[in-house]
Amino acid sequence: MRYSGFKVIKEALTGHKGWKPAWRDPEPKPHYDIVIIGGGGHGLATAHYLAKVYGHRKVAVIEKGWIGGGNVGRNTTIIRSNYLLDGNEPFYEFSLKLWEGLEQDVNYNAMVSQRGIINLIHSDAQRDAFIRRGNAMILNGADAELLDADQVRKEYPFLNFNDARFPIKGGLAQRRGGTVRHDAVAWGYARSADGFGVDIIQNCEVTGFRIEGGKCLGVETSKGFIGAGKVGCAVAGNSGRLMGMAGMRLPIESHVLQAFVSEGLKPVLPGVITFGAGHFYVSQSDKGGLVFGGDLDGYNSYAQRGNLPVVEDVCEGGMALMPMIGRARLLRMWGGIMDMSMDGSPIIDRTGIEGLYFNGGWCYGGFKATPASGYCFAHLLAKDEPHPTAPAYRFDRFRTGRMIDEKGMGNQPNLH
Amino acid sequence: MIINHPLLGPRDSSEFVYLGDASLIARPDWQADNAAEAFYDYAYLRDNPAGEHRELWFHEGGDRSWLVVTRNTVTHEITDVEMARDVARAQGRSK
Repeated sequence: MRYSGFKVIKEALTGHKGWKPAWRDPEPKPHYDIVIIGGGGHGLATAHYLAKVYGHRKVAVIEKGWIGGGNVGRNTTIIRSNYLLDGNEPFYEFSLKLWEGLEQDVNYNAMVSQRGIINLIHSDAQRDAFIRRGNAMILNGADAELLDADQVRKEYPFLNFNDARFPIKGGLAQRRGGTVRHDAVAWGYARSADGFGVDIIQNCEVTGFRIEGGKCLGVETSKGFIGAGKVGCAVAGNSGRLMGMAGMRLPIESHVLQAFVSEGLKPVLPGVITFGAGHFYVSQSDKGGLVFGGDLDGYNSYAQRGNLPVVEDVCEGGMALMPMIGRARLLRMWGGIMDMSMDGSPIIDRTGIEGLYFNGGWCYGGFKATPASGYCFAHLLAKDEPHPTAPAYRFDRFRTGRMIDEKGMGNQPNLH
Repeated sequence: MIINHPLLGPRDSSEFVYLGDASLIARPDWQADNAAEAFYDYAYLRDNPAGEHRELWFHEGGDRSWLVVTRNTVTHEITDVEMARDVARAQGRSK
């Protein structure tokens, strides 16, 4: 069933009796060409692109809970491609281009809103760094625009420009950045993949891999053994736990990142703002809530909830940036589990086990990467070679010293 | 989270800085034949367990001691706190 304006009007006139479930609820078949573990944004996107671009229809996505219940439903919905390094920027720009065509591609309204993102500048050194970053973005075909303080003031007059400690000196804007309705991304990809015949199997937890002679033959699950020509793992947050079942240790720690939303307000914040002196980013959802977040809690966690010191820290960042946020009440806060990798960049690669492929290590930048992550992982699964925009996301970069460390923090995952 | 410091008693975790897995105490021998491989393993690979985790915390806002905290990564419950010095000595390090 194709969604369209015409269909909405027709259903409105006929009592909304013609809508069907957006995807089937199939039982697993004994064997698939490709099994993807993880029914989040990345796993479902992988299934969509495998079916649509690479022509693989005998594909299953298996998910231990319900689809979209992990980080794709827990993030702050920001999309952007403002990276510096060669290993990253082409990939994230590819992702942003896919976002721009996503809704037509999957025939689903994901409310992609290119309302723009501004990274604020608070010092001369930071301006130099952002000019360099902006140039790197432009060299890779992205858009970037340097703003002075007056230009920022015109768009966001309520920011705390004259803060004695962190005065706002300008900003680096990416106009094509913005926000997306995050759950709809998972649902849109799921519905599209399902339409191509991909089986989306929920409430099916992987309990182990069947590996014989260095080759992965399939996965043991709570619904029995499922054979597979190839198995792709896309369970960021739980990568350590899953790959541990295959006997692998990863260059990854799991950390909790909290996010927050205020009560609904009238429109006050036209785009996405990031505070350059602390760690704070904020946008306003279409429902009106201010959606914001900050740093990791900083210790290994699988708890999907954080602790109060970080709540205080994030709210201090908000108050330093835009004092009016103090008038809004906090409605909800929650935590998601991040695969924090050793250099702050992801991994999309084969493993040492034949037929077993890995996608993870997204740190807290996984949402914006969803389309390209799916596309590149599908490419790797289908062709056994990395996609041209993601050749650097290899496991062995840590062994060979080819880290992609945007922040220059070294092997300290809680600092990326 | 409250960390029950062996010398100072219960302290708020925000006084501490987190480093990571307590296996970082066991720095490999740089002169060994397999040093490159051992250091790759030491610097980059982690067990990352869901459950009990022994980890290093530094009491930066206090007595500047290093602690080995045993904490559950699923519940955040802390079950044991030791001086990292004692743990290291028990491993035959830090003479």
